[in-house]
Amino acid sequence: MSLLTIARLTFQEAWRKKLVWVALALGSAFLALFALGLYFILREIQESSFRGGMTEAALRLEQTQASGLLLIMGLFVINFLIIMMTALTSAGALSGEISSHTIQTIAAKPIPRRSIIWGKWLGHGLMVMLYIAFMFSGLTLVTYIMSGYIPPNFWAGLALLSLEGMTVLSLSIFGGTFLSTLANGVLVFMLYGLAFVGSWVEQIGAALESETAVQVGVIAGLIMPSETMWRMVSDLLQPPLVRGMGFTPFTLFSKPSNAMVIYALIYIAALLAGALYQFERRDL
Amino acid sequence: MPNPVIETLHLRKEYGSKAAVEDLTLQVPSGEIFGFLGPNGAGKSTTVKMLLGLVKPTGGEIKLFGQSPRSPKARAKIGFLPEHFRFHEWLKAYEFLTFHGQLYGLSKKQLQNRIPELLALVGLAENSQLKLSDFSKGMLQRIGLAQAMLNEPELIFLDEPTSGLDPLGLRQVRDIIYHLKAAGVTVFLNSHLLSEVSIVCDRVAFIKRGRVVHTSAMAELMNQNTELTMRLDAIKPDLLASLSQLGRNLQPNGASLSMIIDDQEVIPQIAQLVYQQGAKLYELRPRQKSLEEIFVRLIEADGEANQ
Repeated sequence: MSLLTIARLTFQEAWRKKLVWVALALGSAFLALFALGLYFILREIQESSFRGGMTEAALRLEQTQASGLLLIMGLFVINFLIIMMTALTSAGALSGEISSHTIQTIAAKPIPRRSIIWGKWLGHGLMVMLYIAFMFSGLTLVTYIMSGYIPPNFWAGLALLSLEGMTVLSLSIFGGTFLSTLANGVLVFMLYGLAFVGSWVEQIGAALESETAVQVGVIAGLIMPSETMWRMVSDLLQPPLVRGMGFTPFTLFSKPSNAMVIYALIYIAALLAGALYQFERRDL
Repeated sequence: MPNPVIETLHLRKEYGSKAAVEDLTLQVPSGEIFGFLGPNGAGKSTTVKMLLGLVKPTGGEIKLFGQSPRSPKARAKIGFLPEHFRFHEWLKAYEFLTFHGQLYGLSKKQLQNRIPELLALVGLAENSQLKLSDFSKGMLQRIGLAQAMLNEPELIFLDEPTSGLDPLGLRQVRDIIYHLKAAGVTVFLNSHLLSEVSIVCDRVAFIKRGRVVHTSAMAELMNQNTELTMRLDAIKPDLLASLSQLGRNLQPNGASLSMIIDDQEVIPQIAQLVYQQGAKLYELRPRQKSLEEIFVRLIEADGEANQ
């Protein structure tokens, strides 16, 4: 299977170029820092509870709330790292090989061109998903060890984050079939930025009850659905009590519809179809 | 030509409004070393890329073994060494050949036999665990050749295989080409190095602005372009007129004369003619024109004709 050969090469390259080590080492450093912060915050809550004469139950509750909120904050950073990792590692997946001419010896082999696209997508996709799984379960595990807190909807969250990663990846693979590496990177980041701002416009608009602002956000989410996936993750993983706290950066005023998951899947399929079509007919 | 392995008919490629290949009709017979010559920008590399299915022609037809090169099946029997041989340089030589062998669909077992065999053939057996980034230019060229031979191809495209090589490297590449010929492989050689081409090629095609301006067997081409220089006591107009029947491009210079003949059988005829006309012949010297001279003449002549 030529597509597996190409997918494996992607892994081999990430390993050989020490990308895997850098990502895992810095990811672990982030998790360690998070653990340290959580430790001090939980200790502070405990110490202040002695002064305030809090009951044991109230202390547990407050610690759970703090852990839940911090977990989502940590996840927010991870979400950003996922976007960066995916975009940076895959922007040149095709365009880099085209501009360096390494693609020529590959495409002249007796393999269909589509297996190059599928192989690249699969290889990078598995890598991105492993990164997501490592960071997300690492964060959850650290939080559990420090405070005993387990967030709700762990698996749904993991699936949605993976979907977010694959959205960014598919966009980047599609862009790589006709753009240079630099232009492709710009495209992915600009669309991400658009979705990011759009999402905030939508939330603030909803809080202020501005229908137009909400619609602007929804449209931005349709152009690039990655941020919508993040909104759903942050909603699903909130401890029920945090919701009651009022406006936090993770409170949803305008909730994305579940249909957005299906939309994201269609979005990925359309980008892949576009990439296959474009790559099939282009000169190498 | 019986069963040509490559056949193109009115092949054309435009980039925007500019035609890189104008109208290329070409046949390459099986088992020959075919030299594809032309000045820079004549459309050689574009043609090779079209023959490999990498570039889509704007018009015309290509048949590789009777099939379109866009179909993966037609490409199963070919090998290719690209001009800018940039490979994944972070791979070790053995891994590099494994990767490309897998793309040819070779099994693990086939690769275990084939790779050491090829590494030995190109003289890199010692370097199988060395990264390509640590390879010299000549070594890269040779590992690229090994890559193109993994599938025991019937047709191999070598795009400038000797560019930037030292005489030793040149010799090694030439030996590999002879090895391929001995195995009955058709070699499509795209090269600037005319001295090299004249040594190895059986047949050459000259292209200019995406058209074939001349194609012939190498031996014929060299034979057809013999420059004959003679020195006499005097050159009379009668003799000059008779000589012009036997050759072309007559250039008298005092008592000397040079001319181009298309067949070496003409030489004894000329000696006889001079003798019959009563002139004294002091010297008669044939010299084969180099491929470079032929190249320059063909390319320039065509240029004038077109302008």
